[in-house]
Amino acid sequence: MTAHPPNGPWPRRRRARRPVLVALTAASAVVAGAALAGCGQSRDPGVYTVLNSSTDDSYHSWDAATLERCSKRLGVTVRQQSVPADQVMTRSLRMASSKSLPDIIQFDGSEMPAFAETGGLLDLRKLGVDTTDVPQGIVDYGSYKGTYYGAARTVNTLALFYNKDVLEKAGVKVPTTWDEMRETARRLTQGHRYGIALSAGGAEDGVYQFTPFMWSNGGDETHLDSPQVVQALDYWKSLLSDGSLSKSTINWTQADVNDQFMAGNAAMMINGPWQVETLDTKKSLHWGIAQIPVPRAGEDSVGPLGGGELTIPDIGDTAREKTSAQIVNCLTSEQEEVTYALNSWMIPANRKAAAIWRKKVPSLSSLADQVAVARSRTAEVGSGWTSVSLALQSAFQSALTGQSSASALKHAQARVESGK
Amino acid sequence: MSTTTVPGPAAIGSTAETAPDPARTRRRRTLAQWGFVAPAVLFMLLFFGYPLVRNIVMSFQHYTPSTFFTGKAPFNGLDNWRNVFGDDLFGKALWQTIVFTIGSLIGQFCIGLGLAVFFNRRFPLGGVLRALMLLPWLVPMVVSGIVWRRILDQDTGVLNSFLGLFGIGHTPWLTSTHVALLAVTLVNIWIGIPFNTVILYGGLQELPREVYEAASLDGASAWRTFRSITLPLLRPVVTVVLVLGFMSTVKILDLVLALTDGGPADSTQTLGTLTYQDSFVQLDFGTGAVVGNVLVLISAVFAVFYLRANRNEGK
Repeated sequence: MTAHPPNGPWPRRRRARRPVLVALTAASAVVAGAALAGCGQSRDPGVYTVLNSSTDDSYHSWDAATLERCSKRLGVTVRQQSVPADQVMTRSLRMASSKSLPDIIQFDGSEMPAFAETGGLLDLRKLGVDTTDVPQGIVDYGSYKGTYYGAARTVNTLALFYNKDVLEKAGVKVPTTWDEMRETARRLTQGHRYGIALSAGGAEDGVYQFTPFMWSNGGDETHLDSPQVVQALDYWKSLLSDGSLSKSTINWTQADVNDQFMAGNAAMMINGPWQVETLDTKKSLHWGIAQIPVPRAGEDSVGPLGGGELTIPDIGDTAREKTSAQIVNCLTSEQEEVTYALNSWMIPANRKAAAIWRKKVPSLSSLADQVAVARSRTAEVGSGWTSVSLALQSAFQSALTGQSSASALKHAQARVESGK
Repeated sequence: MSTTTVPGPAAIGSTAETAPDPARTRRRRTLAQWGFVAPAVLFMLLFFGYPLVRNIVMSFQHYTPSTFFTGKAPFNGLDNWRNVFGDDLFGKALWQTIVFTIGSLIGQFCIGLGLAVFFNRRFPLGGVLRALMLLPWLVPMVVSGIVWRRILDQDTGVLNSFLGLFGIGHTPWLTSTHVALLAVTLVNIWIGIPFNTVILYGGLQELPREVYEAASLDGASAWRTFRSITLPLLRPVVTVVLVLGFMSTVKILDLVLALTDGGPADSTQTLGTLTYQDSFVQLDFGTGAVVGNVLVLISAVFAVFYLRANRNEGK
């Protein structure tokens, strides 16, 4: 027995281990590198990206077709990258920090100001996007602090949808004032069917639906505790206390409201034209559409403007950005707007396109009237809208579950002010 | 194979048992050991250490959407913390998180333990039933949330239709500020039962049979056996179940978002939904980080309890 054999293999194993060590270290470094990198990809010249929220099958294919046509016209390739609507903002911010922003981002109108405030969006007019044929209201909708950042292809608003058969059977007319609507809803409430359905859910949906009541009554998002807003909320409460509105309303999204209406659980509903595609899948349902009733006869029904806006983020490459503007011009051209509007049941932003669209879908012309006077949610409070929205959600939910409208809204106003 | 590979002065005085160069060998061995530990340490630093430190730093910064462009997030001292702790909603969310977590744990654990004891006996179809029990666990949380939202609908929900047969069909599950938190807790209990059952069942299977035989020879009642034998022997498993359950419950987010979105009127707002709302709806990442840190802190406290409990078991 020698002294060394037990130690003999050591040096060899050591030598064998070194590569293992190196490999392990290398592997760790690769993992680390991959985590830290993943950013700063260079842009392919000739290939442009649009970030949108068209995750829905039909929207995705409509957009694909539109982009295909514009690609051909401009001699470039335009691709879309679709993420769920509530992720467009956070995704864009992440892309901004990793310097990999897409060429065009389609934001929801209520979100655009928050992004514009960072200084990350470009003035579309300077890049050559024309607004001559866009009504002032829609230009304002796409503007933040006087600069036009977002070009809408189509816009939407809310309206009163009603079940024609039910109204006819009951022998009632389509309501035009708050009192009439309350009375009609009461008369149409029968068995499992409520007179009216609307969304008072704890998200933007509910706030979107509250705005026409608030605004038509002269209320304003800068003074949530004003008597006009309190009255509007009291009106909602009265529908609930009459039993004409389901208590579940505070848990419904606008899609849920549409489901209820289609299932015959509601005779009327407040909703937007984007539901028409779904509504029309039920052949036995005969629905009509009208302006949202106003507090007193003869007043204007002021609804909210909604819909996506095409924006061009600052990527520091002027030539590319100019081409992006041409893509926006193509997407907002008369023909493309009409096509998109007819597909998605929304209203073209361009005045001329809207005129063509009106002739093609006379049944929705009341919507076009409503859009003409509709208001942007962010025109007054800009990027402060999210605070207002959150406070308002909490307020109307509190009021609809028992608190007085005045105290709920007072609390909401205080919450908005303290957040600033 | 050479047996004279170790030359030099270090070899002097080496014995048969020790390495020729103890210092060098030890160094090599240490290096090798670190080599093995390095990937794990690197992983921890990268995916746990870095985000944690960033989150803490972020809670002292004015971190807004502009930060993503400029990379600048000015420090604002305790502003974010003051904002959060001065907000009524935080206190409300904290309280609701506590109620939700304790309620969920009690419900999940009691029902889970009951089912584990039940399945511990052998009976026909026991295996099949036990497998079926796992279903709620397999359904993605968001899907459960959406389905339960329909089930719990006040007017058209299946649950109220069923309860209507007994004349109590008007419970405003998700639409009353008083009931919504209870409803969310009940759904979470439903989701958590399989986890509790499976782990506790596994624990029960490990318990020594002899003790039970001895107990039955002594004429111990079923309840006495359960209290004096099953529970004490099962303690380590119980600790694991409760601590893991606590940590996955306290940070609840997806279920609440799918069921109520924190409503009605913030009555189901938890710390998880609050940090989500601050960061990703209000885009005030500094404030969101504060709430996130509070959550981490709460979990950390329980992790310490867990580690201590484990160490005591070891002794």
